[in-house]
Amino acid sequence: MATVAAVIASTHHPFYYRASTATGVDRPPFADEWVAKIEAFRETLTRARPDVLVMVGSDHFHQLWLDNMPQFLIGKAPFYDANFSNEEREFGLPRMFLRGDEELSAYLLRQGLDAGFDLAFSNELRLDHSITCPLITLRPEADLPIVPIYTNIFAPPLPQPKRFVELGKAIRELVESWPCEARVAIIGTGHLSLELGGPRQFGPHGPDPEFDRKAIGWIASGDLGSALAEVSLDSLWLPGNATHGFMDFMLMMGVAGESVKADYSDSLDLFHTMEAYFTWYPEAAR
Amino acid sequence: MSTYLLNKFLYTIDRDPELVERYRADPRATVTWWEAERANQVLNLPAGERSTWLTFTDTEREALATHDYVKLFEFGAHPFLTLTLFIALFERDYDEPLGFQREYARKLSHISLPYPDIST
Repeated sequence: MATVAAVIASTHHPFYYRASTATGVDRPPFADEWVAKIEAFRETLTRARPDVLVMVGSDHFHQLWLDNMPQFLIGKAPFYDANFSNEEREFGLPRMFLRGDEELSAYLLRQGLDAGFDLAFSNELRLDHSITCPLITLRPEADLPIVPIYTNIFAPPLPQPKRFVELGKAIRELVESWPCEARVAIIGTGHLSLELGGPRQFGPHGPDPEFDRKAIGWIASGDLGSALAEVSLDSLWLPGNATHGFMDFMLMMGVAGESVKADYSDSLDLFHTMEAYFTWYPEAAR
Repeated sequence: MSTYLLNKFLYTIDRDPELVERYRADPRATVTWWEAERANQVLNLPAGERSTWLTFTDTEREALATHDYVKLFEFGAHPFLTLTLFIALFERDYDEPLGFQREYARKLSHISLPYPDIST
């Protein structure tokens, strides 16, 4: 059976690539500290020696659209092109080309459907920065096969937070039952409080530092009970109008397990958002 | 209200660099052309298979024709789509990094919670 080598949850900040590669007067003052934190975070994946990456993210209206919007979708292609012209334009992100793990995709789809999740699939998924940002931060070589899983945190009506948690738990069980001697890292990215296209956007901190402080506590301690008790589809509008991305963190808490403390936890109070980085090493992988 | 169609406009303009420039240079003509030629094009169907019923209201058409992103927010257009396209249109006119994004926030500062519904 496969081993879950690491569970990793983080924010995905599309400005990291540009900030970390800028030099001279173009280099922002916070870049060095940010790069140092990311390099330490990267080491937590490297140390896990993964063979395959399951990557949870959310398309930002780059490919998936309101004419036919899936709630949860698994890519099942042999390869994935990644990043779009408008991400190149706005964030300076490079085009990427990634290998897929078709066998694991097929396994997760079949077993996920049989476990009660009516998963959509795609044979021609092009990935956006919710998947490429964590590759750039955690595995810039982008040399491992991946299975992308997309969630809808973006286009209401959305699934309930508890559904994200349940899917996370199922992904963990399914990867651990995959009949393959591979070390699989499960990586997911979302947001803490975030405002985009609203009056609270691009402030000196994230729009709701108090929510961020609580959310980091829930994630670091695996406190799914408090997260589920305090978070609802309605309440997530309050910390910032893009805060439903926190449900991808809740999915990853489901992957990591109830009350399981993160082995690594870090954050960075940046303009506009609180960045946060978490890694768990399951017992079997130690 | 045709929130879906507003979003479809923002989405299809944003993903086409040539249309972004057309919309910046001549918004009213671009909106008129788009509504006539593109509004009913179903994105995943051959060109001949179209919808027949999608139109803007007068106020929606006017907001798009005047680059009025505050109105678009008030109408419930998806804020990510509006922000992304308008950054592409106007960020270049500001010297300071994030200068346009901060002005955008200021222009929305009269908005309080709950924000307009963005469900489609």
